[in-house]
Amino acid sequence: MMTIFDFEKPINELESAIAELRQLAAEKGLDRSREIAELEAQRERLLRQIFAHLRPWDKVLLARHPKRPYALDYIRLMCESFVELHGDRLGYDDPAVVAGLAKMGGRNLVIVGQQKGRDLKERQRRNFAMAKPEGYRKAMRMFRLAEKFRLTVLTLVDTPAADPGVESESRGISEAIAQSMLTLFELTVPTVAVILGEGGSGGAIALAATNRVLMLEHAIYSVIPPEGCAAILYRDPNKAPQAADALKLTAESALALGLIDMIIPEPLGAAHRDPQTTALSVRTAVLQQLDELGAMSPDALREQRYQRFRAMGVFETVG
Amino acid sequence: MQKRAIVQANAEQWVQCARCKKILFRPDFERALRVCPHCGHHHRLRARERILLTVDPDTFEETDADLRPTDPLGFPEYADKLRKGASAAGENEAILTGLAQLNGVPIVIGAMDFGFMGGSMGSVVGEKVVRAFERGVELRCPVILFCASGGARMQEGLISLMQMAKTTAAVGRFHRAGLPYIAVFTDPTMAGVLASFASLADVILAEPGALVGFAGQRVAAQASVGKPPANFQTAEFQHEHGMLDLVVPRRNMRPTLSYLLEMFQASYAGSITP
Repeated sequence: MMTIFDFEKPINELESAIAELRQLAAEKGLDRSREIAELEAQRERLLRQIFAHLRPWDKVLLARHPKRPYALDYIRLMCESFVELHGDRLGYDDPAVVAGLAKMGGRNLVIVGQQKGRDLKERQRRNFAMAKPEGYRKAMRMFRLAEKFRLTVLTLVDTPAADPGVESESRGISEAIAQSMLTLFELTVPTVAVILGEGGSGGAIALAATNRVLMLEHAIYSVIPPEGCAAILYRDPNKAPQAADALKLTAESALALGLIDMIIPEPLGAAHRDPQTTALSVRTAVLQQLDELGAMSPDALREQRYQRFRAMGVFETVG
Repeated sequence: MQKRAIVQANAEQWVQCARCKKILFRPDFERALRVCPHCGHHHRLRARERILLTVDPDTFEETDADLRPTDPLGFPEYADKLRKGASAAGENEAILTGLAQLNGVPIVIGAMDFGFMGGSMGSVVGEKVVRAFERGVELRCPVILFCASGGARMQEGLISLMQMAKTTAAVGRFHRAGLPYIAVFTDPTMAGVLASFASLADVILAEPGALVGFAGQRVAAQASVGKPPANFQTAEFQHEHGMLDLVVPRRNMRPTLSYLLEMFQASYAGSITP
């Protein structure tokens, strides 16, 4: 099995060779541009070759890549300004959910995103972006704020799952997820969700009951993690790659099933190789969707959202 | 030979409690609505049994019985599981819905069946729940749902996850129409069902000892510091934490529902929307 980390190895080796040559050229004042160009072409060919044949499991690994840009990276790269707001007003402030007021392309937005951590300490503080009830209750506060002041809602989804621990259960994680969806459905302002990395089941849909749902090219969106599915289906969590195939958790599948509206392309080699370009693509895609939604009345927005999800489901009617 | 036949005939007269393992005389057990007289364990009921036990005699009319699941992802073993589920539950899907009366009050009622693929929610369950709420709005009727589910149905992938949003949206419309929605959590009410329409009722009841929670017990324990409490993810635990209104023994369920309906009736019964 070729994992992302295996297939990234030769690319990374080429990249360090290129960097070395560049440094050498700069230090010694030598012209190594032909060799550099040759290596860069080689890198490009290799990336194309690898990325032309990604399997669902490779996408799972890409979506979880430790260098993948996270919600706050996108906010920093896409928005002209951002002020983070805090707390659920019920006693907690969940670091797994970031929320605040942003300006983007001349629009005033409420942004709510799930935030992973870059290093171990940060990862633990953010609880690996697994939101607790207070995270969803903070999100709901922001949704209501958006409704009151007629601000557009943008949610950035990137979570393996909602927090499954005893504490979260004690404070009503299920109710918080259900209420978060319900709050989104009641809004009469435009709402857009972008699945940035992991769209992990209930933890993800809680923020994605929106007018438009977009997915980055290498993001995943699934009812159950492939490991959990493999444990049930094959009684073996190591068969997660097969489970990833069966679950149809890629952006391509979600679009084909009519469950998302658009795939946002990532740069060659995936988002982490060029966060700037990726963020720009997300920004452009979101603004385009907001232009479309801007023509709709408050009631029409709520109705479109209802009908969008009302239509989802595949079944037969027997005579 | 004859002796063995007698033993067999007698065996059908006896049943073992799933919890305390005591041997119970079946006619007594049935009269007690399948609640163990020794330990109080509430045994699971078929969806149809549940409804017939709850509503006025001869008032139940099934709706949307013509909906059938498909295998939209071509998921391994799904077609086979659907066949087995149908023969185990005696139903075509994991939920049974319809119109009925409870103490003379017209209601929309639904009951999930754990015997059909763990009561899991795929396209058909989502659609039938939505139609139940839409019918409630149309007929100005309360909705009563008995939940029994392991969560969203893995075999329909992301389509199942979307049923959480779809059913939630339908509850939202129903609430806006000012109608009462009562949910009853029976064993088990979990994950994607608990985290969508089930938790959004005006009043939430539960049967004693029912498993009610978000994640599987093992996952929850792994994700936590220290040991979960002994009653973790039971109806009683959720009641203690304010997540449901009342734990109601089976024999009191019908009068409790009737009391609630009567309390809410004046507010919606008079008004008629076009």
